[in-house]
Amino acid sequence: MKTFKVSIVTPDGPAYESDVEMVSAKAQSGELGILPGHIPMVAPLQVGAVRLNKGAGKPDLVAVSGGFLEVRPDQVTILAQAAETAENIDIARAKEAKSRAESRLSNKQDNVDFKRAELALKRAVNRINVYEGRV
Amino acid sequence: MASLRDIKTRITSTKKTSQITKAMEMVSASKLNRAETNAKAFVPYMEKIQEVVASIALGSKDVTHPMLVSRPVKKTGYLVITSDRGLAGAYNSSILRLVSNKIKERHSSKDEYVIIAVGRMGRDYFLHRGMNVALDIVGLPDQPSFSDIKDIANKAVSFFSEGMYDELYMYYNHFVSAIQQDVTEKKVLPLTDIATSSSQKLTAYEFEPAAEDIMEVLLPQYAESLIYGALLDGKASEHAARMSAMKTATDNAKELIDTLTLQYNRARQAAITQEITEIVGGVAALE
Repeated sequence: MKTFKVSIVTPDGPAYESDVEMVSAKAQSGELGILPGHIPMVAPLQVGAVRLNKGAGKPDLVAVSGGFLEVRPDQVTILAQAAETAENIDIARAKEAKSRAESRLSNKQDNVDFKRAELALKRAVNRINVYEGRV
Repeated sequence: MASLRDIKTRITSTKKTSQITKAMEMVSASKLNRAETNAKAFVPYMEKIQEVVASIALGSKDVTHPMLVSRPVKKTGYLVITSDRGLAGAYNSSILRLVSNKIKERHSSKDEYVIIAVGRMGRDYFLHRGMNVALDIVGLPDQPSFSDIKDIANKAVSFFSEGMYDELYMYYNHFVSAIQQDVTEKKVLPLTDIATSSSQKLTAYEFEPAAEDIMEVLLPQYAESLIYGALLDGKASEHAARMSAMKTATDNAKELIDTLTLQYNRARQAAITQEITEIVGGVAALE
């Protein structure tokens, strides 16, 4: 099957680079699948997992925190402020972030940080899911 | 003339100082190396985001976004990037001088500007002069990652969209080489000079959902990455400036030790000569 190049780039450097058959990601308008020969496109992403199918075997999973996806005829680039492949995720830190966000959400005094805590929780849960391969 | 002992003490203490400066020079050299690697790792992200922003902004002329439009300036924001610690030569003073001059030139009252200070040196300088510091961040690590500055970049951008200021300038030392860093002024917001930055052929994109919605996500991210880029640049310059300052200090110490050693030897010789003269004089008196 035809493949195309995918690179996931963050401000701290490239996080993932490979030739794949299909990319699926969670765009803000819904789940999105890209196959070779897709027309050029730009779409913002949600906090979620990007699945990269390389044909045989399990797909690679990358946790991205927002950002957007750019499709070109020969290449797909994902620009995210943070992105980690499953093996690069610091699971202890993610779990800690999750419980911290949960405790912040449960005491509802500070309404200002509510949104931030919610986002933090989303990111932490996303990382844990990707780490455990539950996507 | 100073006594032998005095000179000896000075030589030892200068030697110790030079050991310290030498060590600091080497530490800065290795930090500079890492900072350069970080700055390089950031380049592909910056290029890509610039390309996409430019192609959206230019490709669809009818798309507007508050961050792209210049509005009448009532208040100006200044983001000043300095270091936490000194001993970096003219690194901080040259930035602070430029900012103070610009502010003096442009504004007549304190209500016309706010300052966002990165680094302890800058914060203390502005607070001490009673200037309006809206936000400060100190204690950044030597190799900042994006998550370290995400907060401040985020706030700097949202201050603009909330109308706290109508334009934002950024001041930092641009890293040219290990021995040259240029103080740079850069206008971050509104984003008016996107078009000039990329002249290569632009791709026509489909937008999912619409170009406006993408701008909503993309432009803040772009502005934040501009700030992050400047910060990485500033950090590399800081290490370079500290390295050359420490190198100069070590060289000066070496020179001083040479002069002092010469003085020491002269004094020693003078003492010996004097002793001989005294002995000869004593013998002559006995005869």
